[in-house]
Amino acid sequence: MIGAIRSVLRTGFALIEQPFDRLFGPALNPVAQLGALGFFFFWIVAVSGIYLFIFFNTGIERAYQSVEYITRDHWFHAGVMRSFHRYASDLMVVMVAVHLLREFAYDRYRGVRWYSWFTGLPIIWLLYVSGITGYWLVWDRLAQYVAIVSSELLDWLPIFGEPIARNFISTGTLTSRFFSLMVFMHVAVPLFLLFIMWVHILRISRPKVNPPRALALMSLVALVAVSIWKPAISQGSVDLAKVPAEVGLDWFFLPIYPLTNIWSNGTVWALLGAFSLMIGLMPWLPPLRRAKPAEVDLAHCNGCARCVEDCPYEAIRLVGRTDNMPFPTQAQVNPSLCVSCGICVGACPSSTPFRRTRDLRTGIDLPEFSLKELREKVVEVAGGLKGSGRVLVLACEHGAAAGRIGDTVVLPCVAMAPPSLIDFILSRDLADGIVVAGCAESACYNRLGIRWTEQRFAAERDPYLRARVPRERIATVWASTLAVSRAEREIADFAARVASLPPKRLRSPLPASAASRPPKTFETEKGSA
Amino acid sequence: MRALRLAGQFAVIVALFAGVAALSDWPTYRQIPGNSGVVMLTFVHGADRRGECRRLTAEEIAKLPPNMRRVQDCPRVRRPIYVELDVDSRNVYQASLPPTGIAGDGPSRVYQRFVLPAGKHNVAVRMRDTARTEGFDHERQESVELSPDQMFVIDYRPESASFVFR
Repeated sequence: MIGAIRSVLRTGFALIEQPFDRLFGPALNPVAQLGALGFFFFWIVAVSGIYLFIFFNTGIERAYQSVEYITRDHWFHAGVMRSFHRYASDLMVVMVAVHLLREFAYDRYRGVRWYSWFTGLPIIWLLYVSGITGYWLVWDRLAQYVAIVSSELLDWLPIFGEPIARNFISTGTLTSRFFSLMVFMHVAVPLFLLFIMWVHILRISRPKVNPPRALALMSLVALVAVSIWKPAISQGSVDLAKVPAEVGLDWFFLPIYPLTNIWSNGTVWALLGAFSLMIGLMPWLPPLRRAKPAEVDLAHCNGCARCVEDCPYEAIRLVGRTDNMPFPTQAQVNPSLCVSCGICVGACPSSTPFRRTRDLRTGIDLPEFSLKELREKVVEVAGGLKGSGRVLVLACEHGAAAGRIGDTVVLPCVAMAPPSLIDFILSRDLADGIVVAGCAESACYNRLGIRWTEQRFAAERDPYLRARVPRERIATVWASTLAVSRAEREIADFAARVASLPPKRLRSPLPASAASRPPKTFETEKGSA
Repeated sequence: MRALRLAGQFAVIVALFAGVAALSDWPTYRQIPGNSGVVMLTFVHGADRRGECRRLTAEEIAKLPPNMRRVQDCPRVRRPIYVELDVDSRNVYQASLPPTGIAGDGPSRVYQRFVLPAGKHNVAVRMRDTARTEGFDHERQESVELSPDQMFVIDYRPESASFVFR
């Protein structure tokens, strides 16, 4: 059931993201920047809130007047800031909601990713408390409605002696002191929200907390345009002798409020509790089957830290050496954080399939799909390639090419393939060309797999793809499972291009069949490269 | 071409933001029907204690720790309050309101609202907060003119031991 929902949502997201990808490009695609945009809107709300506080009067009698002064008399700066404050808050809710749905759709909430998912739950609560207390402060008719319904909801909980809602049924019962409490809450809760947002990204390596500059700039200009087109305004002064019968509701922050008119407050709390419980338990419904975590082989690790640098999950760290090798540090894997993506294997300088050892070993490897097995698989699949344009596909198991058979080797992530594997395939004449096919560029399942692969191929990131490797014989295809036909077309085009290329000049000093030969008993390299 | 693409990107973002801005106060929500008002019955009031206070004997007082010695032993638990509300001679609410607090020594509380069509209504409220089982300790009846969207509050003031209509 959950899998079916996930599948439908994934299809939906892939359909939405494709046109966005075409228009914005993968780097600027807002759908791939939801978390970063959430942070961005938070900062806009924070800065605009500080600005508004300069003009805001916290007295119960003057609050509405001061907001009107901001909106009418100083619309061109403070009024725009008010609109910024409201719309950026709404946009943050949108970003959080879509971010949550997208992570669910792409199954990026189970296994070791439970932590980020779980800590997202208090973010939702705190975001809503921040927004609701904000609406309270304007002290217009909407604020009156929000105050009454919120306090009626709180009164249902058996924690307050006297019903808070009684404060909002007649004039004279409410004092500025109560209002000061709301101001304090509207400042304190967002600060706590920021703290939880930090906790939320704690276990993520290189979290995207800032959107690309161009996207941020466009968002700012768009906010200015929308703020001028539709400035945020109040809905008339509070009159406690009257019911705020009709209000313009913020459907992002207050969608459950009308439910209190249909259901009892207890039922609304039950709904909120059930939602929170469901979100909280989802990483274990059912739990993700986890492959065995990466293992470090100290005999081949010199503590170079490349795996530490490349791990997207901060699952590897350097610790003091525990053997007699003359290196100060060694890599250590935290099994509870490792998703077995294999990116560390691709980052390790010892991961070279050229090694003529009895048992191909590297500094860090996946127990369930080792570098040795990868090399054997490549050699086996390459043996079946025929014709003039023999193309071998190294495919990510989450991308469009994952379902290919015959000429494809599927990996947990394309960045598991060390650049030396590309060199190995071409120099041993195992194939005439190689396609590295991963996820859609804006939706890399392991976050950094595409980025690291491209940087390694461009010789911008260790380990480099050697200069001697002919780049015209390598192609990258980044496509989601919905873009299979495009991926196939690109692979076919590349195969045709490769077929028309002159013969390769690149040759390995070793014979073509070396890798498939019975292993020799000597070891050419000891330790790491 | 680049400018066109940029314009397209900006247009999409503006459209999304405009949609969000529109939903920030539209469509409007009406919580009560037009041409109607609300009668709110709400008060916080503690009924009598369930039992009478008993004078402790000299021996009993002597047995108590010196800092906790008292003359009387009074039960903490309060009685529930029984309340009824009639509108236009029709009973719309009756409840026995238990005392609040873990020990049952807090005041009883009520917070109920009734949506009524605007116009003249005969409102009667009655309350029992003592040990009596019949009749009422406090009551008030009045004809009120409810205007559209009006919040008509029925409160109880313990200091004057009377209902307040406002």
